[in-house]
Amino acid sequence: MIKKYEKYHFLFSVLVKRDFNKKYNRTVLGALWSLLSPLLMVLTQSIVFTHFFGRTTPHFVVYMFIGNIVYSFFRQATTDGMMAIESNAGIISKIRVPKYLFVFSKNVVSVINMLLTLILLFTFCFADGMAFSWKWIMVAYPLLCLTVFNIGAGLLLSGVYVFFRDTRYFYDIFCVILMYFSAIFYTISSFPEHIQWLFNINPVFAYISYIRKLLIYSQLPSLRHTMLCLGYAAIMLGAGCLMYFKKNRSYIYQL
Amino acid sequence: MSKQVVLAEDIAVMYPIGNLKNIGLKEYLIRKIKKQYPMTMFTALTDVSFVLNEGDMLGIIGSNGAGKSTLCKIIAEIMYPSKGSITVNGNVAALLELTTGFDAHMTVRENTYLRGAILGYSKQFLDEKYPEIIDFAELRDFQEFAFQQLSSGMKARLAFSIACLIQPEIIILDEVLSVGDGAFKKKSEAKMLEVINSGATTIIVSHSIEQVTRLCNKVLWLDHGRQLAFSGNVAEVCEEYNSPKHKDGRK
Repeated sequence: MIKKYEKYHFLFSVLVKRDFNKKYNRTVLGALWSLLSPLLMVLTQSIVFTHFFGRTTPHFVVYMFIGNIVYSFFRQATTDGMMAIESNAGIISKIRVPKYLFVFSKNVVSVINMLLTLILLFTFCFADGMAFSWKWIMVAYPLLCLTVFNIGAGLLLSGVYVFFRDTRYFYDIFCVILMYFSAIFYTISSFPEHIQWLFNINPVFAYISYIRKLLIYSQLPSLRHTMLCLGYAAIMLGAGCLMYFKKNRSYIYQL
Repeated sequence: MSKQVVLAEDIAVMYPIGNLKNIGLKEYLIRKIKKQYPMTMFTALTDVSFVLNEGDMLGIIGSNGAGKSTLCKIIAEIMYPSKGSITVNGNVAALLELTTGFDAHMTVRENTYLRGAILGYSKQFLDEKYPEIIDFAELRDFQEFAFQQLSSGMKARLAFSIACLIQPEIIILDEVLSVGDGAFKKKSEAKMLEVINSGATTIIVSHSIEQVTRLCNKVLWLDHGRQLAFSGNVAEVCEEYNSPKHKDGRK
């Protein structure tokens, strides 16, 4: 195991570097753009939605920003993860290399991207007059769970995508639906009980609301909520590994 | 008695040809529900058995679609046999269609490191060997060029230079003994022979019977996935392969 790690450590670092450069297209604005885009998003949303929901929700801009960055992190990591194996077909079909490395590498790039937006989020928190507390550090926990969740989803989706190339279109639609049930720019308390469960079964919403509790309401989330975050991550990772171990030897015939 | 390096026992490779990626998930599910999805298995290889010892040079012959490349991928552990088993002892360097898998937008330098890393070289090793690779590929003036700006000959030169640096115990050559043009062709063949002569077990796929007879001490003849012969008597098998009877069969 350690020997294997040593063997692939260098390859992994090269892959991450490649994927990172690709994403940002080797421009300074590239990395900056990853900050500009959520900023523009939240600006637009705050103009449009503050009018509707802002009056009743405290720290509404931060509220939306949390939703936005968590959702974008999820979407970007899983979409990139889905393409990871297929887009490296040229390598995989000619050289023996563990295929999961390509999925991991895309996820590392997404994490870096997310961390950049996280700095922006904390800046917003300060600007909104929120005082730093140790609960801010706890934000790492749901984000770590989500990272594991994303890796699992990436392993699962990349496998499905190798067999069915239209998965991409279905997944795009799925992501849009998921976005509406992530309550990015509204609160779920305004929905009747029989609809609320749709939000509560959404893993992305579980992560978003966990962070909101910590930052906006300065509450310690319940044990149940904490375990839920871990549970979603474990289940998704399990599903991803199952897909990978059962099918990865067949990928080559479809690439 | 020399060490056994490759042992293949009754290898078979089968895979479904349903063209899933073209019909897509939606169509697949509909057909599955209607039970109209015929899953036909394609047999790429069946009943292939052979043994290679240290220093052996195996030539794989056969017409197009005989399963030669599939067998190479099995030995390189890119594919896995559906039946039977393969044991490979040692580092394998497989030179299969060298120029794929490079990143078009990355520079020559970055691509060299990427490819080296994929082939399992360490950073230290690459740092040390990088000048040698570039010099051998004759790309000293092109190090910061994007890979897509290179000519196809240059690409092949770079790929060859990176792949041939290691001292593999097993080397697989699928139709590539030499690459590039003119002078480089000679240089690459010389380099290849140097690796082979250093005692590596070599597997070459070739359409050139002359080459196989000249270089190999073992030959494996495949026809439509079946093994027609595996023998140390290279001349005899090649003669049989070249005989009018089989020539007609191939056409």
